[in-house]
Amino acid sequence: MTPPQRRRRDPDPEPSQQPPKEGEGKNPERLYIITGPDGERAPLDLVTLIVARAEPPSSATPEQSAVLRMCRAPLAVAEVSAYLSLPFSVVTVLLTEMLAAELVQARAPIVRQHLPDRSLLEAVMHGLQRL
Amino acid sequence: MDFNGSDTIPGPRAEDHLPHTTTAAAKIVIVGGFGVGKTTMVGSVSEIKPLTTEETMTQAGIGVDDNYGSDTKTATTVAMDFGRIRITDQVVLYLFGTPGQERFWFLWNGLFEGALGAVVLVDTRRLEVSFEAMGRLEERGVPFVVAVNTFPDGPRYPLDDLRGALDLPPEIPIVECDVRRRASSRDVLMTLTRFLHDLALAGNLT
Ligand SMILES: Nc1nc2c(ncn2[C@@H]2O[C@H](COP(=O)(O)OP(=O)(O)OP(=O)(O)O)[C@@H](O)[C@H]2O)c(=O)[nH]1
Ligand SMILES: [Mg+2]
Repeated sequence: MTPPQRRRRDPDPEPSQQPPKEGEGKNPERLYIITGPDGERAPLDLVTLIVARAEPPSSATPEQSAVLRMCRAPLAVAEVSAYLSLPFSVVTVLLTEMLAAELVQARAPIVRQHLPDRSLLEAVMHGLQRL
Repeated sequence: MDFNGSDTIPGPRAEDHLPHTTTAAAKIVIVGGFGVGKTTMVGSVSEIKPLTTEETMTQAGIGVDDNYGSDTKTATTVAMDFGRIRITDQVVLYLFGTPGQERFWFLWNGLFEGALGAVVLVDTRRLEVSFEAMGRLEERGVPFVVAVNTFPDGPRYPLDDLRGALDLPPEIPIVECDVRRRASSRDVLMTLTRFLHDLALAGNLT
């Protein structure tokens, strides 16, 4: 039996950061627009870690209070989204406001480098071995 | 949802709290066509009960453009499941089982851009369902390994035939696995990490 045949692809020289535009084919688009207080896209990644800086103030909204309680220990933005049952983009907006109000702190993720970090990869191998 | 009810506070169980010393998280993505075992793999290696993050998007109406604008769009929810493994007191690793439909990937900003690498799952009964995922990783320059999720009724191809069919260069690892087993899924992640480490070594020599 012969398996189906694939053709390797070349790296995209200019990877398009933009999602496909509306009306171009059948591509979907996000329902919510992600912007921060000044209209800036929030620099939050799925695995940016969020940590509460304070107890919920009396002025906090129910969502803010929930975030502050669950983020007493570090929690990734994706986890906040999962526990609140809110779309990732909505949580990004919520957290951007909370960062601006200094209610929470963000710890930037480790991202793939041009030259990967060998000591990190060694730590990952050891961590996996223990699993 | 009522976030105020004291007995319904959402959040992780006490035993799932990350230590305060955790400074940074890294991510690995698990990709492949429909039903190849992405969700199963996330569940078998995760130290926490797998979670789901959703994104809601609109789907432009079918075909003909009309004058009703956004009213005619239907909202669709796309879900992505993920799990977590603690690596050290400072580092935690997240694993994302991406949606089978690759055109939804853009919904999560930076999902691939920052990922350390990817695992492409293939099912030998339907190799072609994972081709698109592989191609997109190549376009984006995301390093990956291929894991053959062995279903009992799937054909077994010699490794060379499989490498030829997938048009993969010799350095990209291809491993067999049973994603239902934690040790097997863990070994796939080890293979990926070792591969990334080799890439790092090669990069540093030049
Ligand atoms: N026999 C066997 N069945 C498996 C294996 N892995 C997954 N399955 C089954 O295959 C089905 C699909 O697995 P999923 O993990 O849901 O696959 P998926 O890639 O997440 O699927 P989508 O999210 O729908 O694209 C499930 O019913 C699994 O129980 C395997 O290694 N062996
Ligand atoms: Mg799935």
